[in-house]
Amino acid sequence: MITLGQLLTLSGIVFSLAVAGIFLNRKNVILLLMCVELLLLAANFNFIAFSRYLNDINGQVFVFFILTVAAAESAIGLAILVVLFRERRSINVEDLNTLKG
Amino acid sequence: MPANPMTLESLAPAIAEIWLIAAICIVLLVDVFAGERRRGLTPTLTLLALALGAALTVQYGEVARRTLLFEGLYVADELGWALKLAGFLIVAVALLYSRAYLENRSILRGEYYVLSLTALLGIFVLVSANSLLTLYIGVELLALSVYSMVAFDRDSGVSAESAMKYFVLGALASGALLYGMSLIYGLTGTLSLSEIAARLHGPANPGLILGLTFIVVAVAFKLGAVPFHMWLPDVYEGAPTSVTLFIGTAPKIAYFALALRLLAYGLGGLVSEWSQMLAALAVLTLIVGNVVAIVQTNLKRMLAYSTIANIGFIVLGFVAGTPEGYSAALYYTLVYVLVALGSFGVILLAASKGFEADRLDDYKGLYQRDPMLALAMMVLMFSTAGVPPFVGFWAKLRIFQVLWESNHLWLVVIAAAMSVVGAYYYLRVIKLMYFDPPAQALPPTARSTGVRFALGLNALAVLALGLLPGPLLDLCARLIHS
Repeated sequence: MITLGQLLTLSGIVFSLAVAGIFLNRKNVILLLMCVELLLLAANFNFIAFSRYLNDINGQVFVFFILTVAAAESAIGLAILVVLFRERRSINVEDLNTLKG
Repeated sequence: MPANPMTLESLAPAIAEIWLIAAICIVLLVDVFAGERRRGLTPTLTLLALALGAALTVQYGEVARRTLLFEGLYVADELGWALKLAGFLIVAVALLYSRAYLENRSILRGEYYVLSLTALLGIFVLVSANSLLTLYIGVELLALSVYSMVAFDRDSGVSAESAMKYFVLGALASGALLYGMSLIYGLTGTLSLSEIAARLHGPANPGLILGLTFIVVAVAFKLGAVPFHMWLPDVYEGAPTSVTLFIGTAPKIAYFALALRLLAYGLGGLVSEWSQMLAALAVLTLIVGNVVAIVQTNLKRMLAYSTIANIGFIVLGFVAGTPEGYSAALYYTLVYVLVALGSFGVILLAASKGFEADRLDDYKGLYQRDPMLALAMMVLMFSTAGVPPFVGFWAKLRIFQVLWESNHLWLVVIAAAMSVVGAYYYLRVIKLMYFDPPAQALPPTARSTGVRFALGLNALAVLALGLLPGPLLDLCARLIHS
Protein backbone atom coordinates (compact mmCIF):
# COMPACT_ATOMS: atom_id res chain seq x y z
CA MET A 1 0.00 0.00 0.00
CA ILE A 2 1.38 3.35 -1.04
CA THR A 3 0.68 6.02 1.57
CA LEU A 4 -0.32 9.62 1.01
CA GLY A 5 2.97 10.76 2.49
CA GLN A 6 4.97 8.82 -0.12
CA LEU A 7 2.92 10.32 -2.95
CA LEU A 8 3.37 13.85 -1.59
CA THR A 9 7.11 13.28 -1.23
CA LEU A 10 7.32 12.18 -4.85
CA SER A 11 5.41 15.24 -6.05
CA GLY A 12 7.62 17.44 -3.88
CA ILE A 13 10.73 15.94 -5.48
CA VAL A 14 9.31 16.44 -9.00
CA PHE A 15 8.40 20.03 -8.18
CA SER A 16 11.88 20.80 -6.80
CA LEU A 17 13.51 19.20 -9.84
CA ALA A 18 11.42 21.39 -12.13
CA VAL A 19 12.24 24.60 -10.24
CA ALA A 20 15.93 23.67 -10.11
CA GLY A 21 15.80 22.94 -13.84
CA ILE A 22 14.40 26.39 -14.61
CA PHE A 23 17.02 28.21 -12.54
CA LEU A 24 20.10 26.08 -13.26
CA ASN A 25 19.57 25.45 -16.98
CA ARG A 26 21.78 27.78 -19.01
CA LYS A 27 21.68 25.98 -22.36
CA ASN A 28 18.41 25.40 -24.05
CA VAL A 29 15.01 27.11 -24.01
CA ILE A 30 13.22 23.84 -24.87
CA LEU A 31 14.48 22.39 -21.59
CA LEU A 32 12.83 25.35 -19.83
CA LEU A 33 9.51 24.44 -21.46
CA MET A 34 9.92 20.83 -20.33
CA CYS A 35 10.57 21.99 -16.76
CA VAL A 36 7.41 24.10 -16.88
CA GLU A 37 5.43 20.98 -17.85
CA LEU A 38 7.04 19.05 -15.01
CA LEU A 39 5.96 21.78 -12.60
CA LEU A 40 2.33 21.36 -13.59
CA LEU A 41 2.60 17.58 -13.41
CA ALA A 42 3.87 17.79 -9.84
CA ALA A 43 0.77 19.80 -8.92
CA ASN A 44 -1.40 17.25 -10.76
CA PHE A 45 0.16 14.48 -8.73
CA ASN A 46 -0.79 16.28 -5.52
CA PHE A 47 -4.35 16.80 -6.65
CA ILE A 48 -4.84 13.16 -7.59
CA ALA A 49 -3.28 11.94 -4.37
CA PHE A 50 -5.47 14.19 -2.23
CA SER A 51 -8.53 13.41 -4.31
CA ARG A 52 -8.05 9.68 -3.70
CA TYR A 53 -7.28 10.22 -0.04
CA LEU A 54 -10.29 12.50 0.57
CA ASN A 55 -12.56 10.41 -1.65
CA ASP A 56 -13.58 13.62 -3.41
CA ILE A 57 -13.88 13.75 -7.20
CA ASN A 58 -13.28 17.53 -7.53
CA GLY A 59 -9.51 17.16 -7.38
CA GLN A 60 -9.49 14.87 -10.39
CA VAL A 61 -11.71 17.25 -12.35
CA PHE A 62 -9.21 19.99 -11.58
CA VAL A 63 -6.47 17.78 -13.07
CA PHE A 64 -8.31 17.60 -16.39
CA PHE A 65 -8.44 21.39 -16.49
CA ILE A 66 -4.73 21.63 -15.68
CA LEU A 67 -3.85 19.18 -18.45
CA THR A 68 -5.87 21.22 -20.96
CA VAL A 69 -4.31 24.48 -19.86
CA ALA A 70 -0.85 22.89 -19.95
CA ALA A 71 -1.43 21.92 -23.59
CA ALA A 72 -2.44 25.50 -24.46
CA GLU A 73 0.51 26.81 -22.51
CA SER A 74 3.08 24.70 -24.32
CA ALA A 75 1.50 25.64 -27.66
CA ILE A 76 2.01 29.32 -26.87
CA GLY A 77 5.48 28.69 -25.44
CA LEU A 78 6.59 26.88 -28.58
CA ALA A 79 5.07 29.61 -30.77
CA ILE A 80 7.11 32.25 -28.93
CA LEU A 81 10.16 29.99 -29.29
CA VAL A 82 9.67 29.83 -33.07
CA VAL A 83 9.47 33.65 -33.28
CA LEU A 84 12.59 33.88 -31.13
CA PHE A 85 14.50 31.42 -33.28
CA ARG A 86 13.55 33.14 -36.55
CA GLU A 87 14.93 36.36 -35.17
CA ARG A 88 18.07 35.19 -33.32
CA ARG A 89 18.95 31.91 -35.08
CA SER A 90 19.59 30.50 -31.61
CA ILE A 91 17.62 29.08 -28.69
CA ASN A 92 20.44 29.39 -26.20
CA VAL A 93 19.34 30.80 -22.85
CA GLU A 94 22.56 32.83 -22.61
CA ASP A 95 21.68 34.68 -25.81
CA LEU A 96 18.57 36.14 -24.17
CA ASN A 97 20.50 39.11 -22.84
CA THR A 98 19.44 42.14 -24.86
CA LEU A 99 17.24 43.30 -21.97
CA LYS A 100 19.00 43.89 -18.70
CA GLY A 101 16.73 41.80 -16.48
CA MET B 1 -24.69 25.22 -0.54
CA PRO B 2 -28.16 24.53 -1.99
CA ALA B 3 -28.28 23.62 -5.67
CA ASN B 4 -30.42 26.15 -7.53
CA PRO B 5 -32.19 24.94 -10.66
CA MET B 6 -30.52 26.70 -13.57
CA THR B 7 -32.83 28.95 -15.55
CA LEU B 8 -32.10 31.59 -18.15
CA GLU B 9 -32.86 34.35 -15.63
CA SER B 10 -30.45 32.91 -13.11
CA LEU B 11 -27.64 33.31 -15.66
CA ALA B 12 -28.21 37.08 -15.87
CA PRO B 13 -25.40 38.00 -13.42
CA ALA B 14 -22.92 36.33 -15.80
CA ILE B 15 -24.11 38.42 -18.76
CA ALA B 16 -20.74 40.18 -19.13
CA GLU B 17 -18.84 36.90 -19.70
CA ILE B 18 -21.54 35.38 -21.92
CA TRP B 19 -21.67 38.49 -24.09
CA LEU B 20 -17.90 38.68 -24.29
CA ILE B 21 -17.56 35.06 -25.50
CA ALA B 22 -20.16 35.74 -28.22
CA ALA B 23 -18.38 38.97 -29.15
CA ILE B 24 -15.00 37.18 -29.42
CA CYS B 25 -16.49 34.68 -31.89
CA ILE B 26 -18.12 37.44 -33.93
CA VAL B 27 -15.00 39.63 -34.05
CA LEU B 28 -12.86 36.63 -35.04
CA LEU B 29 -15.22 35.66 -37.88
CA VAL B 30 -15.74 39.18 -39.17
CA ASP B 31 -11.99 39.75 -39.15
CA VAL B 32 -11.39 36.63 -41.23
CA PHE B 33 -13.93 37.66 -43.85
CA ALA B 34 -13.06 41.37 -43.88
CA GLY B 35 -9.57 40.53 -45.15
CA GLU B 36 -6.72 42.96 -45.74
CA ARG B 37 -8.70 45.73 -47.41
CA ARG B 38 -11.13 46.60 -44.63
CA ARG B 39 -8.64 46.71 -41.74
CA GLY B 40 -10.56 49.41 -39.89
CA LEU B 41 -13.58 47.18 -39.34
CA THR B 42 -12.21 45.02 -36.49
CA PRO B 43 -11.15 47.89 -34.17
CA THR B 44 -14.51 49.61 -34.60
CA LEU B 45 -16.41 46.39 -34.04
CA THR B 46 -14.36 45.62 -30.91
CA LEU B 47 -15.07 49.03 -29.38
CA LEU B 48 -18.75 48.57 -30.23
CA ALA B 49 -18.76 45.14 -28.57
CA LEU B 50 -17.16 46.60 -25.43
CA ALA B 51 -19.68 49.46 -25.27
CA LEU B 52 -22.60 47.07 -25.77
CA GLY B 53 -21.18 44.70 -23.17
CA ALA B 54 -20.95 47.53 -20.63
CA ALA B 55 -24.55 48.55 -21.42
CA LEU B 56 -25.80 44.95 -21.01
CA THR B 57 -23.90 44.60 -17.73
CA VAL B 58 -25.45 47.80 -16.38
CA GLN B 59 -28.90 46.69 -17.53
CA TYR B 60 -28.98 43.03 -16.48
CA GLY B 61 -25.81 42.19 -14.56
CA GLU B 62 -26.39 44.02 -11.29
CA VAL B 63 -27.30 41.83 -8.34
CA ALA B 64 -29.05 42.98 -5.19
CA ARG B 65 -26.99 40.70 -2.95
CA ARG B 66 -24.17 38.15 -3.15
CA THR B 67 -25.34 35.15 -5.22
CA LEU B 68 -23.53 31.93 -6.10
CA LEU B 69 -23.90 30.53 -9.61
CA PHE B 70 -22.81 27.36 -11.42
CA GLU B 71 -22.74 25.11 -8.34
CA GLY B 72 -20.77 27.67 -6.35
CA LEU B 73 -17.96 28.07 -8.87
CA TYR B 74 -18.89 31.65 -9.59
CA VAL B 75 -19.91 34.48 -7.31
CA ALA B 76 -21.90 37.49 -8.46
CA ASP B 77 -21.58 40.48 -6.17
CA GLU B 78 -21.42 44.23 -6.45
CA LEU B 79 -17.62 44.25 -6.39
CA GLY B 80 -17.42 41.94 -9.41
CA TRP B 81 -20.05 43.98 -11.21
CA ALA B 82 -18.20 47.26 -10.70
CA LEU B 83 -14.79 45.80 -11.58
CA LYS B 84 -16.23 44.36 -14.81
CA LEU B 85 -17.59 47.75 -15.83
CA ALA B 86 -14.16 49.22 -15.05
CA GLY B 87 -12.60 46.46 -17.17
CA PHE B 88 -14.79 47.27 -20.18
CA LEU B 89 -13.91 50.96 -19.89
CA ILE B 90 -10.16 50.44 -19.40
CA VAL B 91 -9.77 48.03 -22.32
CA ALA B 92 -11.83 50.30 -24.58
CA VAL B 93 -9.66 53.32 -23.73
CA ALA B 94 -6.47 51.26 -24.11
CA LEU B 95 -7.52 50.05 -27.58
CA LEU B 96 -8.54 53.57 -28.57
CA TYR B 97 -5.08 54.92 -27.64
CA SER B 98 -3.28 52.05 -29.40
CA ARG B 99 -4.81 52.18 -32.86
CA ALA B 100 -2.50 54.71 -34.54
CA TYR B 101 0.56 53.10 -32.95
CA LEU B 102 -0.40 49.67 -34.27
CA GLU B 103 -1.04 51.11 -37.72
CA ASN B 104 2.40 52.78 -37.80
CA ARG B 105 4.13 49.50 -36.91
CA SER B 106 1.97 47.49 -39.38
CA ILE B 107 0.74 45.22 -36.58
CA LEU B 108 -2.87 46.36 -36.78
CA ARG B 109 -4.30 42.85 -37.04
CA GLY B 110 -7.53 41.31 -35.92
CA GLU B 111 -5.70 38.90 -33.60
CA TYR B 112 -4.54 41.79 -31.45
CA TYR B 113 -8.14 42.77 -30.74
CA VAL B 114 -9.29 39.19 -30.22
CA LEU B 115 -6.45 38.60 -27.74
CA SER B 116 -7.37 41.78 -25.87
CA LEU B 117 -10.93 40.47 -25.56
CA THR B 118 -9.83 37.02 -24.36
CA ALA B 119 -7.57 38.68 -21.81
CA LEU B 120 -10.56 40.72 -20.65
CA LEU B 121 -12.59 37.51 -20.40
CA GLY B 122 -9.85 36.07 -18.17
CA ILE B 123 -10.07 39.18 -15.99
CA PHE B 124 -13.85 38.76 -15.67
CA VAL B 125 -13.57 35.08 -14.74
CA LEU B 126 -10.95 35.94 -12.13
CA VAL B 127 -12.96 38.81 -10.69
CA SER B 128 -16.02 36.59 -10.13
CA ALA B 129 -14.27 33.42 -9.05
CA ASN B 130 -15.48 31.58 -5.97
CA SER B 131 -13.45 28.41 -6.43
CA LEU B 132 -9.76 27.59 -6.79
CA LEU B 133 -10.61 26.09 -10.19
CA THR B 134 -12.26 29.25 -11.52
CA LEU B 135 -9.41 31.37 -10.17
CA TYR B 136 -6.84 29.22 -11.95
CA ILE B 137 -8.74 29.26 -15.26
CA GLY B 138 -9.07 33.05 -15.05
CA VAL B 139 -5.37 33.54 -14.26
CA GLU B 140 -4.30 31.32 -17.17
CA LEU B 141 -6.75 32.79 -19.69
CA LEU B 142 -5.44 36.25 -18.89
CA ALA B 143 -1.78 35.22 -18.82
CA LEU B 144 -1.80 33.18 -22.04
CA SER B 145 -3.48 36.02 -23.97
CA VAL B 146 -0.98 38.53 -22.63
CA TYR B 147 2.09 36.35 -23.46
CA SER B 148 1.02 36.26 -27.10
CA MET B 149 0.36 40.00 -27.15
CA VAL B 150 3.88 40.72 -25.88
CA ALA B 151 5.35 38.69 -28.76
CA PHE B 152 3.04 40.38 -31.26
CA ASP B 153 5.60 42.58 -33.01
CA ARG B 154 7.61 39.81 -34.64
CA ASP B 155 10.15 42.13 -36.27
CA SER B 156 11.00 44.27 -33.27
CA GLY B 157 14.05 42.32 -32.07
CA VAL B 158 13.39 42.46 -28.33
CA SER B 159 9.71 41.63 -28.13
CA ALA B 160 10.16 37.86 -28.59
CA GLU B 161 12.88 37.81 -25.94
CA SER B 162 10.75 39.68 -23.41
CA ALA B 163 7.80 37.41 -24.23
CA MET B 164 9.95 34.33 -23.55
CA LYS B 165 11.09 35.70 -20.19
CA TYR B 166 7.53 36.62 -19.29
CA PHE B 167 6.30 33.19 -20.35
CA VAL B 168 8.82 31.17 -18.35
CA LEU B 169 8.52 33.25 -15.17
CA GLY B 170 4.74 33.45 -15.53
CA ALA B 171 4.52 29.68 -15.92
CA LEU B 172 6.70 29.28 -12.83
CA ALA B 173 4.26 31.49 -10.94
CA SER B 174 1.29 29.44 -12.17
CA GLY B 175 3.08 26.29 -11.07
CA ALA B 176 3.62 27.72 -7.59
CA LEU B 177 -0.02 28.85 -7.46
CA LEU B 178 -1.23 25.36 -8.41
CA TYR B 179 1.06 23.63 -5.94
CA GLY B 180 -0.18 25.93 -3.18
CA MET B 181 -3.78 25.35 -4.23
CA SER B 182 -3.30 21.59 -4.21
CA LEU B 183 -1.98 21.71 -0.63
CA ILE B 184 -4.86 23.94 0.51
CA TYR B 185 -7.29 21.57 -1.24
CA GLY B 186 -5.76 18.56 0.42
CA LEU B 187 -5.84 20.05 3.89
CA THR B 188 -9.32 21.59 3.75
CA GLY B 189 -10.95 19.03 1.42
CA THR B 190 -12.73 21.56 -0.78
CA LEU B 191 -12.09 23.81 -3.77
CA SER B 192 -14.74 26.41 -2.95
CA LEU B 193 -13.34 29.64 -1.49
CA SER B 194 -16.33 30.21 0.81
CA GLU B 195 -16.05 26.64 2.10
CA ILE B 196 -12.30 27.02 2.65
CA ALA B 197 -12.96 30.22 4.61
CA ALA B 198 -15.53 28.37 6.73
CA ARG B 199 -13.20 25.44 7.47
CA LEU B 200 -10.12 27.46 8.37
CA HIS B 201 -10.12 28.24 12.05
CA GLY B 202 -8.00 27.50 15.04
CA PRO B 203 -4.21 27.35 14.92
CA ALA B 204 -2.70 26.96 11.46
CA ASN B 205 -0.80 23.73 10.80
CA PRO B 206 2.57 23.67 8.97
CA GLY B 207 1.04 22.20 5.80
CA LEU B 208 -1.35 25.10 5.45
CA ILE B 209 1.48 27.58 6.00
CA LEU B 210 3.48 25.84 3.25
CA GLY B 211 0.53 26.04 0.84
CA LEU B 212 -0.03 29.66 1.82
CA THR B 213 3.62 30.50 1.13
CA PHE B 214 3.39 29.10 -2.39
CA ILE B 215 0.22 31.11 -3.01
CA VAL B 216 1.71 34.34 -1.65
CA VAL B 217 4.78 33.85 -3.87
CA ALA B 218 2.54 33.32 -6.91
CA VAL B 219 0.41 36.39 -6.17
CA ALA B 220 3.58 38.46 -5.66
CA PHE B 221 4.91 37.20 -9.01
CA LYS B 222 1.72 38.14 -10.80
CA LEU B 223 1.58 41.57 -9.17
CA GLY B 224 5.28 42.21 -9.69
CA ALA B 225 6.33 42.61 -6.04
CA VAL B 226 10.07 42.48 -5.21
CA PRO B 227 11.88 40.00 -5.19
CA PHE B 228 9.58 38.45 -7.82
CA HIS B 229 9.62 41.50 -10.13
CA MET B 230 12.42 40.49 -12.56
CA TRP B 231 10.07 40.05 -15.51
CA LEU B 232 8.30 43.37 -15.19
CA PRO B 233 10.88 45.93 -16.41
CA ASP B 234 11.97 43.69 -19.31
CA VAL B 235 8.42 43.08 -20.45
CA TYR B 236 7.45 46.75 -20.16
CA GLU B 237 10.49 47.78 -22.19
CA GLY B 238 10.47 44.94 -24.73
CA ALA B 239 6.77 44.79 -25.54
CA PRO B 240 5.23 47.18 -28.10
CA THR B 241 4.10 50.28 -26.17
CA SER B 242 0.43 49.54 -26.82
CA VAL B 243 0.86 46.14 -25.16
CA THR B 244 2.74 47.74 -22.27
CA LEU B 245 -0.25 50.04 -21.86
CA PHE B 246 -2.53 46.99 -21.80
CA ILE B 247 -0.41 45.01 -19.31
CA GLY B 248 0.03 48.03 -17.08
CA THR B 249 -3.68 48.65 -16.67
CA ALA B 250 -6.48 46.06 -16.90
CA PRO B 251 -4.59 43.02 -15.46
CA LYS B 252 -3.77 45.00 -12.29
CA ILE B 253 -7.48 45.00 -11.47
CA ALA B 254 -7.57 41.25 -12.02
CA TYR B 255 -4.57 40.61 -9.77
CA PHE B 256 -6.06 42.86 -7.11
CA ALA B 257 -9.17 40.65 -7.31
CA LEU B 258 -6.96 37.53 -7.16
CA ALA B 259 -5.34 38.74 -3.93
CA LEU B 260 -8.68 39.78 -2.48
CA ARG B 261 -10.63 36.61 -3.32
CA LEU B 262 -7.84 34.20 -2.51
CA LEU B 263 -6.04 35.75 0.46
CA ALA B 264 -8.61 38.06 2.05
CA TYR B 265 -11.77 35.96 1.52
CA GLY B 266 -10.64 32.35 1.07
CA LEU B 267 -7.63 32.30 3.37
CA GLY B 268 -8.92 35.02 5.68
CA GLY B 269 -8.36 32.68 8.62
CA LEU B 270 -4.60 32.88 8.05
CA VAL B 271 -4.54 36.68 7.91
CA SER B 272 -1.87 37.10 10.60
CA GLU B 273 0.52 34.79 8.67
CA TRP B 274 0.12 36.26 5.20
CA SER B 275 0.01 39.83 6.38
CA GLN B 276 3.54 39.39 7.81
CA MET B 277 4.80 37.90 4.55
CA LEU B 278 3.21 40.72 2.56
CA ALA B 279 4.69 43.36 4.90
CA ALA B 280 8.22 42.13 4.12
CA LEU B 281 7.44 42.04 0.38
CA ALA B 282 5.91 45.53 0.48
CA VAL B 283 8.96 47.10 2.14
CA LEU B 284 11.35 45.53 -0.39
CA THR B 285 9.03 46.51 -3.25
CA LEU B 286 8.80 50.15 -2.18
CA ILE B 287 12.56 50.50 -1.72
CA VAL B 288 13.71 48.69 -4.88
CA GLY B 289 10.99 50.18 -7.10
CA ASN B 290 11.64 53.78 -6.14
CA VAL B 291 15.44 53.65 -5.88
CA VAL B 292 16.06 51.76 -9.13
CA ALA B 293 13.63 53.99 -11.05
CA ILE B 294 15.95 56.97 -10.44
CA VAL B 295 18.78 55.63 -12.62
CA GLN B 296 16.63 54.70 -15.64
CA THR B 297 17.08 56.48 -18.95
CA ASN B 298 14.22 54.74 -20.72
CA LEU B 299 10.77 56.14 -19.89
CA LYS B 300 8.99 52.79 -20.30
CA ARG B 301 11.51 51.17 -17.95
CA MET B 302 11.19 54.03 -15.50
CA LEU B 303 7.41 53.62 -15.52
CA ALA B 304 7.93 49.88 -14.99
CA TYR B 305 9.84 50.55 -11.76
CA SER B 306 7.23 53.14 -10.88
CA THR B 307 4.62 50.38 -11.33
CA ILE B 308 6.61 48.20 -8.94
CA ALA B 309 6.66 51.05 -6.40
CA ASN B 310 2.90 51.51 -6.78
CA ILE B 311 2.33 47.77 -6.36
CA GLY B 312 4.14 48.18 -3.05
CA PHE B 313 1.40 50.57 -1.91
CA ILE B 314 -1.35 48.20 -3.06
CA VAL B 315 0.28 45.36 -1.11
CA LEU B 316 0.48 47.67 1.94
CA GLY B 317 -3.32 48.00 1.80
CA PHE B 318 -3.55 44.22 2.17
CA VAL B 319 -1.00 44.20 5.01
CA ALA B 320 -3.47 46.12 7.16
CA GLY B 321 -5.72 43.03 6.91
CA THR B 322 -8.98 44.92 7.51
CA PRO B 323 -11.89 45.73 5.16
CA GLU B 324 -10.72 49.37 5.32
CA GLY B 325 -7.30 48.22 4.13
CA TYR B 326 -8.77 46.28 1.20
CA SER B 327 -10.94 49.24 0.18
CA ALA B 328 -7.86 51.52 0.32
CA ALA B 329 -6.02 49.00 -1.89
CA LEU B 330 -8.96 48.92 -4.31
CA TYR B 331 -9.00 52.73 -4.43
CA TYR B 332 -5.25 52.79 -5.02
CA THR B 333 -5.53 50.19 -7.80
CA LEU B 334 -8.26 52.10 -9.64
CA VAL B 335 -6.38 55.39 -9.32
CA TYR B 336 -3.12 53.78 -10.43
CA VAL B 337 -4.81 52.26 -13.49
CA LEU B 338 -6.33 55.63 -14.44
CA VAL B 339 -2.93 57.35 -14.24
CA ALA B 340 -1.09 54.50 -16.03
CA LEU B 341 -3.61 54.64 -18.90
CA GLY B 342 -2.80 58.31 -19.34
CA SER B 343 1.00 58.04 -18.99
CA PHE B 344 1.36 55.25 -21.55
CA GLY B 345 -1.20 57.06 -23.71
CA VAL B 346 1.16 60.05 -23.81
CA ILE B 347 4.03 57.78 -24.97
CA LEU B 348 1.77 56.34 -27.68
CA LEU B 349 0.85 59.82 -28.90
CA ALA B 350 4.44 61.03 -28.87
CA ALA B 351 5.58 58.01 -30.92
CA SER B 352 5.39 57.96 -34.69
CA LYS B 353 6.50 55.75 -37.56
CA GLY B 354 10.01 54.46 -36.82
CA PHE B 355 10.25 56.49 -33.58
CA GLU B 356 9.38 54.84 -30.26
CA ALA B 357 9.60 57.97 -28.04
CA ASP B 358 10.62 55.76 -25.13
CA ARG B 359 13.83 57.48 -24.00
CA LEU B 360 13.62 60.21 -21.40
CA ASP B 361 15.68 62.45 -23.73
CA ASP B 362 12.86 62.28 -26.29
CA TYR B 363 10.74 64.32 -23.89
CA LYS B 364 13.13 67.28 -23.60
CA GLY B 365 11.30 70.43 -24.60
CA LEU B 366 8.01 68.65 -25.22
CA TYR B 367 6.27 71.81 -24.00
CA GLN B 368 7.45 73.78 -27.04
CA ARG B 369 6.52 71.03 -29.48
CA ASP B 370 3.17 70.03 -28.05
CA PRO B 371 1.89 72.02 -25.03
CA MET B 372 -1.27 69.95 -24.60
CA LEU B 373 0.61 66.65 -24.38
CA ALA B 374 3.11 68.17 -21.94
CA LEU B 375 0.29 69.49 -19.76
CA ALA B 376 -1.43 66.08 -19.65
CA MET B 377 1.85 64.38 -18.75
CA MET B 378 2.51 66.97 -16.04
CA VAL B 379 -0.89 66.31 -14.43
CA LEU B 380 -0.28 62.53 -14.54
CA MET B 381 3.25 62.78 -13.12
CA PHE B 382 2.13 65.11 -10.30
CA SER B 383 -0.60 62.63 -9.50
CA THR B 384 1.72 59.59 -9.27
CA ALA B 385 4.18 61.63 -7.23
CA GLY B 386 1.33 62.23 -4.78
CA VAL B 387 1.09 66.01 -5.08
CA PRO B 388 -2.26 67.47 -3.98
CA PRO B 389 -4.83 68.25 -5.34
CA PHE B 390 -4.41 65.37 -7.79
CA VAL B 391 -6.02 62.01 -7.05
CA GLY B 392 -2.74 60.16 -6.39
CA PHE B 393 -2.37 62.16 -3.19
CA TRP B 394 -5.63 60.81 -1.73
CA ALA B 395 -4.77 57.25 -2.74
CA LYS B 396 -1.47 57.42 -0.84
CA LEU B 397 -3.04 59.23 2.10
CA ARG B 398 -5.74 56.57 2.46
CA ILE B 399 -3.11 53.81 2.57
CA PHE B 400 -1.18 55.73 5.27
CA GLN B 401 -4.42 56.14 7.25
CA VAL B 402 -5.33 52.44 7.27
CA LEU B 403 -1.76 51.47 8.19
CA TRP B 404 -1.80 54.01 11.01
CA GLU B 405 -5.12 52.65 12.30
CA SER B 406 -3.85 49.06 12.21
CA ASN B 407 -0.69 50.02 14.17
CA HIS B 408 1.90 49.57 11.42
CA LEU B 409 3.73 52.82 12.16
CA TRP B 410 7.11 51.70 10.82
CA LEU B 411 5.49 50.88 7.47
CA VAL B 412 4.00 54.37 7.31
CA VAL B 413 7.45 55.86 7.87
CA ILE B 414 9.08 53.73 5.14
CA ALA B 415 6.26 54.35 2.67
CA ALA B 416 6.35 58.11 3.27
CA ALA B 417 10.15 58.24 2.87
CA MET B 418 9.94 56.25 -0.36
CA SER B 419 7.21 58.54 -1.72
CA VAL B 420 9.65 61.42 -1.32
CA VAL B 421 12.35 59.48 -3.22
CA GLY B 422 9.75 58.68 -5.88
CA ALA B 423 8.76 62.31 -6.30
CA TYR B 424 12.28 63.04 -7.57
CA TYR B 425 12.03 61.02 -10.77
CA TYR B 426 8.44 62.01 -11.53
CA LEU B 427 9.33 65.68 -11.19
CA ARG B 428 12.43 65.12 -13.35
CA VAL B 429 10.13 64.19 -16.26
CA ILE B 430 8.29 67.50 -15.79
CA LYS B 431 11.59 69.40 -15.68
CA LEU B 432 12.71 67.73 -18.92
CA MET B 433 9.46 68.62 -20.67
CA TYR B 434 9.21 72.23 -19.54
CA PHE B 435 12.71 73.57 -18.89
CA ASP B 436 15.13 71.69 -21.15
CA PRO B 437 15.70 72.57 -24.80
CA PRO B 438 14.84 69.78 -27.30
CA ALA B 439 17.90 67.58 -27.95
CA GLN B 440 17.54 67.33 -31.71
CA ALA B 441 14.86 67.56 -34.35
CA LEU B 442 12.19 65.01 -33.39
CA PRO B 443 9.22 63.87 -35.45
CA PRO B 444 5.94 65.67 -34.63
CA THR B 445 3.47 64.10 -32.19
CA ALA B 446 0.28 62.44 -33.41
CA ARG B 447 -2.55 64.84 -34.24
CA SER B 448 -5.62 62.60 -34.10
CA THR B 449 -8.35 64.68 -32.42
CA GLY B 450 -10.39 61.81 -30.93
CA VAL B 451 -7.46 60.28 -29.07
CA ARG B 452 -6.26 63.68 -27.82
CA PHE B 453 -9.76 64.38 -26.55
CA ALA B 454 -9.81 61.04 -24.70
CA LEU B 455 -6.38 61.73 -23.20
CA GLY B 456 -7.55 65.20 -22.14
CA LEU B 457 -10.57 63.65 -20.41
CA ASN B 458 -8.26 61.13 -18.76
CA ALA B 459 -6.04 63.87 -17.32
CA LEU B 460 -9.12 65.89 -16.35
CA ALA B 461 -10.50 62.86 -14.47
CA VAL B 462 -7.24 62.68 -12.49
CA LEU B 463 -7.74 66.32 -11.45
CA ALA B 464 -11.51 66.06 -10.87
CA LEU B 465 -11.25 62.91 -8.72
CA GLY B 466 -8.51 64.67 -6.77
CA LEU B 467 -10.73 67.71 -6.10
CA LEU B 468 -13.72 65.52 -5.18
CA PRO B 469 -12.27 62.29 -3.72
CA GLY B 470 -15.37 61.45 -1.65
CA PRO B 471 -17.64 59.55 -4.09
CA LEU B 472 -14.99 57.09 -5.32
CA LEU B 473 -13.71 56.46 -1.78
CA ASP B 474 -17.25 55.74 -0.56
CA LEU B 475 -17.87 53.50 -3.57
CA CYS B 476 -14.73 51.45 -2.82
CA ALA B 477 -15.73 51.06 0.83
CA ARG B 478 -19.22 49.93 -0.20
CA LEU B 479 -17.91 47.45 -2.77
CA ILE B 480 -15.61 45.76 -0.27
CA HIS B 481 -18.41 45.44 2.29
CA SER B 482 -20.91 44.05 -0.26
